[in-house]
Amino acid sequence: MSGFFLLLRREIVLALRGGTDAGVALAFFVIAVTLFPFGLGPEPNLLARIAPGVLWVAALLAALLSLERLFQGDADDGVIEVHLARGTGLEVVAFAKMVAHWLVTGLPLVLVSPVLAAMLGLPSRGYLILLATLLVGTPVLSLVGGIGAALTIGARRGGALLALLVLPLLVPPLIFAVGAIDAVLQGLSARANLLLLGGLLAAALPLAPVAAAAAMRQAVE
Amino acid sequence: MIVYQARDLACVRGGRLVFQDVSFDLVPGAALRVVGPNGSGKSSLLRLIAGLSRPFDGRCGWRREADDDGRDPIALIGHANGQKPALTPLEDLTFWARLADRREAPARARLALEGFGLAPLADTPQRYLSQGQKRRAALARLLVAPSRLWLLDEPTVGLDSGAVGLLEGQVRRHLEGGGMVVASTHLSFDLPDAATLDMADHQPAEAW
Repeated sequence: MSGFFLLLRREIVLALRGGTDAGVALAFFVIAVTLFPFGLGPEPNLLARIAPGVLWVAALLAALLSLERLFQGDADDGVIEVHLARGTGLEVVAFAKMVAHWLVTGLPLVLVSPVLAAMLGLPSRGYLILLATLLVGTPVLSLVGGIGAALTIGARRGGALLALLVLPLLVPPLIFAVGAIDAVLQGLSARANLLLLGGLLAAALPLAPVAAAAAMRQAVE
Repeated sequence: MIVYQARDLACVRGGRLVFQDVSFDLVPGAALRVVGPNGSGKSSLLRLIAGLSRPFDGRCGWRREADDDGRDPIALIGHANGQKPALTPLEDLTFWARLADRREAPARARLALEGFGLAPLADTPQRYLSQGQKRRAALARLLVAPSRLWLLDEPTVGLDSGAVGLLEGQVRRHLEGGGMVVASTHLSFDLPDAATLDMADHQPAEAW
């Protein structure tokens, strides 16, 4: 367990110091959402209607953008091999990387989302549920996306392949999250959708690191 | 006593049989020098021992008699140095030191850097180090986490003669302390009392 926190701290330091990935993802999120008012015209009702979907799709793509190199660096530098030889559990390594990814890219997305929601004119009663779905859902993006990142280690044009692999898997969280927000906007209960979203997170938490670790082993063999 | 045993190892890479019938025993204090022409499977053998890949045939592993002294069994210095360019050598080594044992990790990392003459560069990000300096920093990882078996894949690549001497000294100390070493290297690297495994003797018979 102490190994997990050591790995997590190292990954956060590396993400903040070396990579621009986190900042790029956040900027992409902001710009992508900002494009919609330009493209659709300043029609308040239309923008408010599509705000949950726009925010969620943009968050999904932004997370994906920053996932491409999640494991590639360690594979190139030979760090995975050192872990394997010394006997660090690769599951712990993968989990630390996914958690660090969420803290560095997912959490900032959640934090700026109310500003963007205001820009799209999301009704005020939708804010809390938007934050709730993003808080529960963005970790799923980091976890499931991490599997794809591990599977595409060493692949040329890994980013495109990653999107093809992962986007279909991220349709369920998208549906449940937007469903939850829409339910609240229409005065209904978001409970069922939120529970399903939470269920996805509960399943991804233990399974994704195991899958990613298997893919890492495969990649360095 | 703990022994590392390999029996009748065969390795296949990319559908090609790289070597076969490789057997050896390593007892505490023993060194094995792996030699052979390019492509004869020196690195593949080391990766196999490190557990990065599985043998196509045969088996390898520890035979121990209940005296686990808590050391990481295997440390690998491969072709890639296994270090992050954005970190300083001290940060990188402190991480590996902590991962093995939390106590006084930064001090142990500094000591290891001194062991390879890198103390003045302890706080320079590794991306600014030369090839040889990076190699030294990677080798210093051997000293922060006590491991029973050192796997050195061409450890002297990029090293100047001074650094080779430092590494020879560290290897000797490791062997005297009951460690084991498997090194793929040419003969200019001094391994005391090392057995030699010539991969050329274990090549598959030519296809006919």
